Amino acid sequence: MTEMARSVLISGQKERVRRGLDRRLRSERRFRLYGVVAILLAILMLLFLAGTIVSKGYPAFYRTWIEVDVLLDEEMIAPDGKTDPETLREDGDFRGALIESLVAAYRPEGRQQENQLIAMFSTDAERTLQNFTIANPDRIGSTISIRVKAASDIDQLTKGAISRNAPESGRKVTDLQLRWYDRMEKEGRIGTRFNAGFFATGDSREPEQAGIWGAIVGSFLTMLVTLILAFPVGLAAAVYLEEFAPKNRLTDLIEVNINNLAAVPSIVFGLLGLAVFLNFFELPRSAPLVGGMVLALMTLPTIIISGRASLLAVPPSVREAALGLGASRMQVVSHHVLPLAMPGILTGTIIGMARALGETAPLLMIGMVAFIVDIPGGPTDASTVMPVQIYLWADSPERGFVEKTSGAVIVLLVFLVVMNASAVYLRKKFERRW
Amino acid sequence: MENTTASPAMPAEETGAAPDFRVKMKTRNVNVHYAEKHALRDVSLDIGEREVTALIGPSGCGKSTFLRCLNRMNDTIDICRVTGVLELDGQDIYDAGVDVVQLRASIGMVFQKPNPFPKSIFDNVAYGPRVHGLFSNKSDLEEVVVQSLRKAGLFDEVKDRLGDPGTSLSGGQQQRLCIARAIAVGPEVILMDEPCSSLDPIATARIEELIDELRQNFTIVIVTHSMQQAARVSQKTAFFHLGDLIEQGETPQIFTNPRHEKTQGYITGRFG
Repeated sequence: MTEMARSVLISGQKERVRRGLDRRLRSERRFRLYGVVAILLAILMLLFLAGTIVSKGYPAFYRTWIEVDVLLDEEMIAPDGKTDPETLREDGDFRGALIESLVAAYRPEGRQQENQLIAMFSTDAERTLQNFTIANPDRIGSTISIRVKAASDIDQLTKGAISRNAPESGRKVTDLQLRWYDRMEKEGRIGTRFNAGFFATGDSREPEQAGIWGAIVGSFLTMLVTLILAFPVGLAAAVYLEEFAPKNRLTDLIEVNINNLAAVPSIVFGLLGLAVFLNFFELPRSAPLVGGMVLALMTLPTIIISGRASLLAVPPSVREAALGLGASRMQVVSHHVLPLAMPGILTGTIIGMARALGETAPLLMIGMVAFIVDIPGGPTDASTVMPVQIYLWADSPERGFVEKTSGAVIVLLVFLVVMNASAVYLRKKFERRW
Repeated sequence: MENTTASPAMPAEETGAAPDFRVKMKTRNVNVHYAEKHALRDVSLDIGEREVTALIGPSGCGKSTFLRCLNRMNDTIDICRVTGVLELDGQDIYDAGVDVVQLRASIGMVFQKPNPFPKSIFDNVAYGPRVHGLFSNKSDLEEVVVQSLRKAGLFDEVKDRLGDPGTSLSGGQQQRLCIARAIAVGPEVILMDEPCSSLDPIATARIEELIDELRQNFTIVIVTHSMQQAARVSQKTAFFHLGDLIEQGETPQIFTNPRHEKTQGYITGRFG
């Protein structure tokens, strides 16, 4: 009987396995398909995002210039006959000289038309003229040909962001300005060039003069403060908790709380910074120092958690080997465990820093959202950071800030990619083969 | 390495209480608790100088636990509690005045799985002397490393590539590197926790030969799962079962004429 039961079982088993096999293979194929579709979707969205940002943002990296012939009228520029830089800077009426030459060339009728003509040029134009004159005082009295920055609306017209077909009341450039523009273009007086100023100046109310450099310096100073505070403290906490602390209720409680802190919304850290650092300790408002301190608090849990995970991943056999040779616990950690865990700790730190670099909300709370034109010189100077600058520009009504916003997003993304790439590089470099 | 200069006189196949038998480590009523678990009960064992003592027994019998008490490696486990008397040369090693770093410099350890540091062969062996500051100049250190590798029978195989990572060696070579690393500190006792369990038979044979040579200069305590190995390398054998030390004695006597029926059962393969 047992013999028969077994043979029945075997034949039935083969049949059943065969039938089940089809089902199993089908489900495997289905699962793989899901995976491929998910990845394709993710790539598609990423491409869409990158495409939108780049196509909107790349115009921020070049700007329009207009060539004008200006008579450097001695009576306006150097009425006393002195041509030293100091006097030129103080007393020279370059704006007047520029307007005089423009009026002479384009002949606007009446005050209103004259204003329209002048509005085609950036307020920066007279400074360009001034700098040229200071550098070449011998040209005073002659007519020079100089390229000056176009106003933002003309810049937008060149880049095709302003439609000529719209009715005059619906666009920022008037019919008269369009006529002048076409004439200048015919005479070859309009062109574009790389917008170096975007990477060299701070914020401005005029879109054509606004730059990201102030925000980059602010971000750098903030990140520096964050790194100096969060890395040593996070590392020490991770090493102590993982290698030295007794495992008891208190350390369990601390661990749970660190995990909770990592999940706290960042704006809460901003409120904490406002209440403690600004209102209680009366540290300066809008300063990278305070921003760095707030972001350090936010980054700490990330560094501690990733640090502990990396320390935990070091095989216990290495600890035992060193202990067995008579190394003290501190030596075991500093000679063996820490070097082996370092790649992971650095990766965690950089990822935490990258998150802090992109953080906006907590910095709004401590006043880093102010309009700041100057490049910050130190961590206690008022400044802003890149994501906040993006937020500020996105909020500005001028047409010219649209491209600036996307341009700044590109710069921020480049920084993030560089940071993450360096995390990968460091991990590869310090990783030890087993 | 004070041991290298000591008298070489030591009967190779010592049986019975020879006149120069000297107790190196003495343990009396050792009890070990892991939290609630009573892992070792009243173990009293003498470990003779310059001989190999084998600890045998089925898995979970407490032999590794006992071994790790001898150099206080159990200190690193929070929940572990050790009571009783453990002495090295008459000095209580669990005494409050004993520095565990110094103790482990006197009692080296070789682990079950070869665990060289992810550093060069040279740095692996040099690590102990460096930590303890056992050399005055670079050539001294090189001398210590070369001597240790020689004693571990590894020097000829690695002399041209001391800068290679220790992890690039084969399993057997790695284990001999770990032995060289332990020797370099100049210990008096070497504890070995199943040193051959992850090695092939040829590498195992090399290690066993090495253990036999090392016996001239060092006191060795070895935990092993292989009864043949215990019979081959040791002079004394102790049989553990479920946390109790069942029987101890001369190795030939344990294997040919065990007094206890559990010992008999284990060595004849009836359980374990």
